Amino acid sequence: MAVREALGGFIACLEPLALDIEEISTVELVLAEALNNIVEHAYPAEQEDRPICISCTHRRDGLHVTVSDKGTAMPDGQTPVGMAQDVDVDLMDMPEGGFGWFLIKDLAKDVRYRRECDENKLDLRLAVAVQRAGQISI
Amino acid sequence: MRVSAKTEEDMQVISVLDARIDAAVALAFKDAMRSQTENGPPTVVLDLQNVDFIDSSGLGAIVATMKHLAPARRLVLAGLTPAVDKVFRLTRMDSVFSVFSSLDDALAAQRA
Repeated sequence: MAVREALGGFIACLEPLALDIEEISTVELVLAEALNNIVEHAYPAEQEDRPICISCTHRRDGLHVTVSDKGTAMPDGQTPVGMAQDVDVDLMDMPEGGFGWFLIKDLAKDVRYRRECDENKLDLRLAVAVQRAGQISI
Repeated sequence: MRVSAKTEEDMQVISVLDARIDAAVALAFKDAMRSQTENGPPTVVLDLQNVDFIDSSGLGAIVATMKHLAPARRLVLAGLTPAVDKVFRLTRMDSVFSVFSSLDDALAAQRA
C-alpha cells in the first residue's frame, strides 16, 4: 500500500504538466514496476525503514526520473534484460511473472542503473509532456 | 479485494469492484477468485470495467486464476479500460485470453 501512496503522490505532483490519461498510465505503470521491484527484491521484508526517493526533472524530451534506494545492489551490477515473455506456450506453462522489467524497458527510454555510495539509482526517461520547438516551458 | 459474483445460465460473471489490481492486492485477488469460482459453471467472465490500473503482479494474478480454472473451465475477460488493455497488449496476453470490450459483448458471444 505504501507503493500506491507514493505513486499517487508522484502523479499528483505532475499535475502542472497536464498529461493526458495515456501518458499518466505510462508513468504510473513504469514507476509501479520500479517501486515494486525495490520493495520485493532490494529490501528484506522484515526491514522497517525502507526509504525510496523519486526525483524528477521535466525537460524538452520528457520526464527524467531517478529512483533511488538503499537496498541490496542488483545482481551483476545491472538490471535484468527484460525480454518479452514467451506466451506461445501451453496454458499451464503460461508465465505469471517476469513482466516487470519488460514493461519498464518497453515504455521508458534511456534506462540506466548505477550503484553509488551504497545506493541503487535507476535513471529513466519517460517521453511524456514532450515539448515541440517554440513551446513555452512550464 | 471487493468482487461481486452472479451466475447466469452456464456462465459466471465476476465483477471487480476495486479500481486497482496491483502488487498490494494481487494475492487477495487470487484468493477471492478461487473462493468465488468454486464449483461454478464452465465459463467465468471477469468483468474489469471498474479497474483503471493493473501492474505486472495483477496481470500475473489473472493468469494464475486462468490456470487454476483450467482445464475444465475457461476465463474470459470483459470491459478492459485503456490502461488495463495496454498491459495486456504490451505483454501479448491479449492473445492468450478471449477479450471483449464490454460485459454485454462477452455475454452475447458466450450465448451465440
